[in-house]
Amino acid sequence: MSWFQKFVPAKIRTEASTKSTVPEGLWSKCPHCGAILYRAELERNLEVCPKCAHHLRINGRRRLHFFLDPGNRQEIGEQLSPVDPLKFKDSKKYKDRLVQSQKGTGEKDALIVVRGYLKGLPIVSASFNFEFMGGSMGSVVGERFVRAVNESLRERIPLVVFSASGGARMQESLISLFQMAKTSAALARLSAAGVPFISIMTDPTMGGVSASLAMLGDINVAEPAALIGFAGPRVIEQTVREKLPEGFQRSEFLLEHGAIDLILDRREMRDRIHRLLLLLTGAQSRDKGRESELSRPEVAAPTSAFRSALDSPEAL
Amino acid sequence: MDLNFLDFEQPIAELVAKIEELKRVGFDNEINISEEIARLEEKSRKLTESVFTSLTAWQISRLSRHPLRPFTLDYVEMLFDDFEELHGDRSFADDPAIVGGVARIDDRPVLILGHQKGRDTKEKILRNFGMPRPEGYRKALRLMRLAERFRLPIFCFIDTPGAYPGIGAEERGQSEAIARNLFEMSRLRVPIICTVIGEGGSGGALAIGVGDRLLMLQYSTYSVISPEGCASILWKSAEKAELAAEAMGITAPRLLELGLIDELIPEPLGGAHRNPPQMATLLRDALLRHLYDVERESIDCLMDQRYDRLMRYGVYEEGAN
Repeated sequence: MSWFQKFVPAKIRTEASTKSTVPEGLWSKCPHCGAILYRAELERNLEVCPKCAHHLRINGRRRLHFFLDPGNRQEIGEQLSPVDPLKFKDSKKYKDRLVQSQKGTGEKDALIVVRGYLKGLPIVSASFNFEFMGGSMGSVVGERFVRAVNESLRERIPLVVFSASGGARMQESLISLFQMAKTSAALARLSAAGVPFISIMTDPTMGGVSASLAMLGDINVAEPAALIGFAGPRVIEQTVREKLPEGFQRSEFLLEHGAIDLILDRREMRDRIHRLLLLLTGAQSRDKGRESELSRPEVAAPTSAFRSALDSPEAL
Repeated sequence: MDLNFLDFEQPIAELVAKIEELKRVGFDNEINISEEIARLEEKSRKLTESVFTSLTAWQISRLSRHPLRPFTLDYVEMLFDDFEELHGDRSFADDPAIVGGVARIDDRPVLILGHQKGRDTKEKILRNFGMPRPEGYRKALRLMRLAERFRLPIFCFIDTPGAYPGIGAEERGQSEAIARNLFEMSRLRVPIICTVIGEGGSGGALAIGVGDRLLMLQYSTYSVISPEGCASILWKSAEKAELAAEAMGITAPRLLELGLIDELIPEPLGGAHRNPPQMATLLRDALLRHLYDVERESIDCLMDQRYDRLMRYGVYEEGAN
């Protein structure tokens, strides 16, 4: 370990050395304002440009790492891996694309699900990995999502999902289209059970993911300036043959048109989502005779199921 | 070239033209050429059979969009009685790209929903080529809730290139409208029987396609993206649509094999548009058979089955960690 690395806080150090999702080097350039930024400072700022507040794209695992309390995390559905049911081949085989993405990201597929804590409140949280085939939704993403919902249902703990996806995964054809129905149906059960689901849309959330799980939050949140929509801007431009309005399909546009509840800065995400969840679940605690785990975050001690995660808090 | 025939059907078109001509001649003259006509008709039938036994996915995709193919309202007319079309989403507009209403089949009151394409240019524009906007999906949901309230089973007919990719559609929440329908249809407490009658175009098709049964006509297609769209993304050229159609496995036999649909309904020789009444009879039989089949279950049981069915979608490997 170099003398410099010793100065970097442990949490950041392990992240930077094991999961290098950003270009190597000490400096990064903000894709929005062009400012040259000190890499470590950018990471401390959760990949938000300190100069212009542009929210850089961030990989799924790092996002959950930032969002959840350290330690006491248990991954759900990690044993699932994608297959190639159609023997799909375009210029490349789907199998080869999968291997390439798996090597590049260190993940088996584009969604990561973790049960953990948000400021002491037990939750299930999932995050898309846009770097894995554009965060596209195929069988594994759908199944992991359903398992996230089922864990929320079983434990009656809130579900918080960060979307970043180009949509359904073409290489799994109709099977991936049907993941839209599958994930939405699971959410209908969660909704009927009165367990909160907060959907946080990040840049970009498009197509089949936007037209299913992402838009079905009890509360729909977006990060600033994220591209969110059904059809891609290029397709729309070609169809209607006119210039798209300024800021079209960005978070602020969606807020103005009533599609989302609020826009939250990534640096406030933990505090604000925690507060929202307390507000939603607190209402349930007034129900006499019903002692919900949701309403008592202070009793959220690690359960036995979490022991293995406790042993290796850096596992995530 | 006869525009009512696709390029791969041109040899059939030529024979048909010849037969027509002979019939005209025969009508004008006293010469008996009925034998010759019968011989040619038999030849045309054999030719059609041979062309249609080895169709590629791309050819089927083109058949599914055939301009003469029966649309939702054609089947409504042929299969149902007392149809009363109901309009509007109650908050913004009536979207003519989706039609819905109450009707009777086998004397049973039911609700019908379907995408609707246009026949001539004027109607095509009115129907937006069968591409719904959010208000179309919201109308559909409103009518489905009506059906639930009055315990009417629902028949959905799918035939769309996809949900409309437009500025207004995005402003009014195309994504949310589709997502909401998927969410609600998964738990709607009446039987839902969906049939792809032409083009099953992605999320725009699925948004009225969640139910207890999924049937497909023999020459319909159902896919996550159009072959052209897939080709332009993965092959960087819409010209490769033929390859994309093949790779995505969008045809009824392939989807039946993959276990994604319940039944393939055979079409008359040459496709549904060559003999709509015969198609209607075949479709009617299948619809009633499935309706009575699902109705044997209690509604609670049916709801569980629908949920399990949705949860089974997906192919993956589950390894030890």
